[in-house]
Amino acid sequence: MSTGIASAAAHLTRPFATVSPRTRTRIPLIVTAVLLAVMFSVGSVRYEGFLSAQVVLNLLIDNGFLLVVAVGATFVILTGGIDLSVGSMVALSTMLTAWLVESHGWPLATVIPLVLLVGAGSGTLMGWIIHTFEIQPFIVTLAGMFLARGLCYTISTESITISDPTTVGIAQTRLYGPGGLFVSIPVVIALAVLVIAFVVLHHTRFGRNVYALGGNESSARLMGLPTGSTKIAAYAVSGLCSALGGLLLTFYMLSGYALHAMGMELDAIAATVIGGTLLTGGSGFVLGTALGVLVLGTIQTVVNFQGTLSSWWTRIVVGALLLVFIVLQRLMSGRRPAAD
Amino acid sequence: MTTQPPKSEAAAAIGRRLAGHRLLWPALILLALLLGNLAFHHDFFSVRVRDGHLYGSLIDILQFGAPLILVALGMTLVIATRGIDLSVGSTVAIAGALACGHISTAAHPGSVATMLTAVALALGVALVLGLANGFLVSGLGVQPIVATLILMVAGRGVAQLITDGQIVTVTSAPYKMIGGGYWLTFPFAVLLAAALVALTAFVTRRSALGLLIESVGGNPAASRLVGIRAGGLLALVYVFSALCAAVAGLMISSNVSSADGNNAGLWIELDAILAVVVGGTALTGGRFSLGGTVLGALIIQTLSTTVYTLGVPPETTLVFKAFVVIVVCLVQAPVFRAKVLRRRRTTTPRSHTTAGAAPLQQEVRA
Repeated sequence: MSTGIASAAAHLTRPFATVSPRTRTRIPLIVTAVLLAVMFSVGSVRYEGFLSAQVVLNLLIDNGFLLVVAVGATFVILTGGIDLSVGSMVALSTMLTAWLVESHGWPLATVIPLVLLVGAGSGTLMGWIIHTFEIQPFIVTLAGMFLARGLCYTISTESITISDPTTVGIAQTRLYGPGGLFVSIPVVIALAVLVIAFVVLHHTRFGRNVYALGGNESSARLMGLPTGSTKIAAYAVSGLCSALGGLLLTFYMLSGYALHAMGMELDAIAATVIGGTLLTGGSGFVLGTALGVLVLGTIQTVVNFQGTLSSWWTRIVVGALLLVFIVLQRLMSGRRPAAD
Repeated sequence: MTTQPPKSEAAAAIGRRLAGHRLLWPALILLALLLGNLAFHHDFFSVRVRDGHLYGSLIDILQFGAPLILVALGMTLVIATRGIDLSVGSTVAIAGALACGHISTAAHPGSVATMLTAVALALGVALVLGLANGFLVSGLGVQPIVATLILMVAGRGVAQLITDGQIVTVTSAPYKMIGGGYWLTFPFAVLLAAALVALTAFVTRRSALGLLIESVGGNPAASRLVGIRAGGLLALVYVFSALCAAVAGLMISSNVSSADGNNAGLWIELDAILAVVVGGTALTGGRFSLGGTVLGALIIQTLSTTVYTLGVPPETTLVFKAFVVIVVCLVQAPVFRAKVLRRRRTTTPRSHTTAGAAPLQQEVRA
């Protein structure tokens, strides 16, 4: 590597090489926490009514589905893979739910397990193809992304509004806490998913296998760990989480639409990366992912409070933020660039 | 591509060579698709000259396929380096938005100077976007898929920002020329695409550049050890891909005389990847075929045209294309060939098959 940009980058690649690896992996998380605090302080100074407990709870209400999807993405990214199909899977879940409940009159109690099964099944299938035929995860999940989006259009190109009383009832239920604060049912589900994911990743054999697989696949295999089933299971978890996220989004939007959750794969990856998970796998925190989701939610809230900004600014800021954190990861990791 | 069969060789040998040629399958698929269309529309192959312009379904496929050919051309070189560029669709949208935005606010929208400035503006910004992708991939060593995913999603926001969320309509005769005009009775877009393909083929195949790109894709570490500037080459292919996408974006926006930040170039990255893999370039890098890519792009475009003429809702083609991507990738994957295809064809003992497959295993993590 002797090009201008490359040599300049080479100087920049290892400024944190002397910091201990344990501290190094924590730095992005600290940066994220500080960023969140700064955004909240600036928000509460600039906008009236920004600093209230309900605004924080609204962050969860508005982003519960993203939290669930991002938790699933964290599993896949921890194994060193990537799942680009999550946004389309979310859209397909909203579409399936709305279509079956509205157009076919299926009971919600049947539709929910079915949608979760479809999500987990497609995740398993993609994981199986990735593992068995050693095709890069991105191309398999990219095909999955287009397949799911195409299936949405096959069901209907129009938005399907849900008026089913049970669904609307669940969607409008508010769980009140002290001081008149409230959350929705999806928030409780999302937090439960987060807790389960935390326990699974940090306190089970499967969780340790996920980290080992992402750290070094061939070492993991030589140690006798079941790399194949772990990899497939990680994609299954991601598929299941995106289907569940899709269900939560259905309750949030009360509609199914092929254009729902456009670009959510970026949001999920961004939340994971901002939360301190290495894109190369093997290192990260699922609680950090929750922090990442809060950061993205806060950006959206600031854009909403500002009022004069168009919603596409959110996209641009999320993209820019992801860029910054990826560069930060590179500086932290102390590894030489892959091209070297 | 570079070696021509000697004239003295027997016709049988030429035939055998042709049968083993790697462009044979894409060419046959294209031919079958075209013949299939002929069954539905008997004047499918007819090309007429009207008002000094060529008209006909085949010309339409070429004209509407020109942007895809260009995007796939850039994608081929990126994929040859074992990378991928997901941001091409956004680049298409940004280029169209910039050019139309410039023309719609210019004092003389119909002048050639305005058109040239608009084109230069779009290409200049594409150059910067390509450099950004290239820097992330080669300078910082970010996986190509992630590096370009950022621009894929954020880029749509940028395009919306440029057009202010509106569809910008322009009326400019010189600008209309790029995507919808005719020159020497041929659609200008087709001539432009053909010229760029020919130029790329000339540069990559008559100089060592193509070889160097393949070597970087085949084994980045080894290429660096033999003194190839892998970093610079990587950055170059991403810049080239962005420029190709920008020209495609100009063609698309020029053809409909408007820029739509949301829908211009939507899903074109899938079509381009599909065109490249159908054309015989493996996603694992190290080898590329420009002729195959052009054939692949024409196959995709013919498919889209067929879907339109058959009256199937065009959105559902996404399902079909996703299946084709998976099947083509599976057939190309060495492990799949070893596990499924070879087992069926021969009765080799199991131990032999695994021994033969072992050296084919490659690193799948980019």
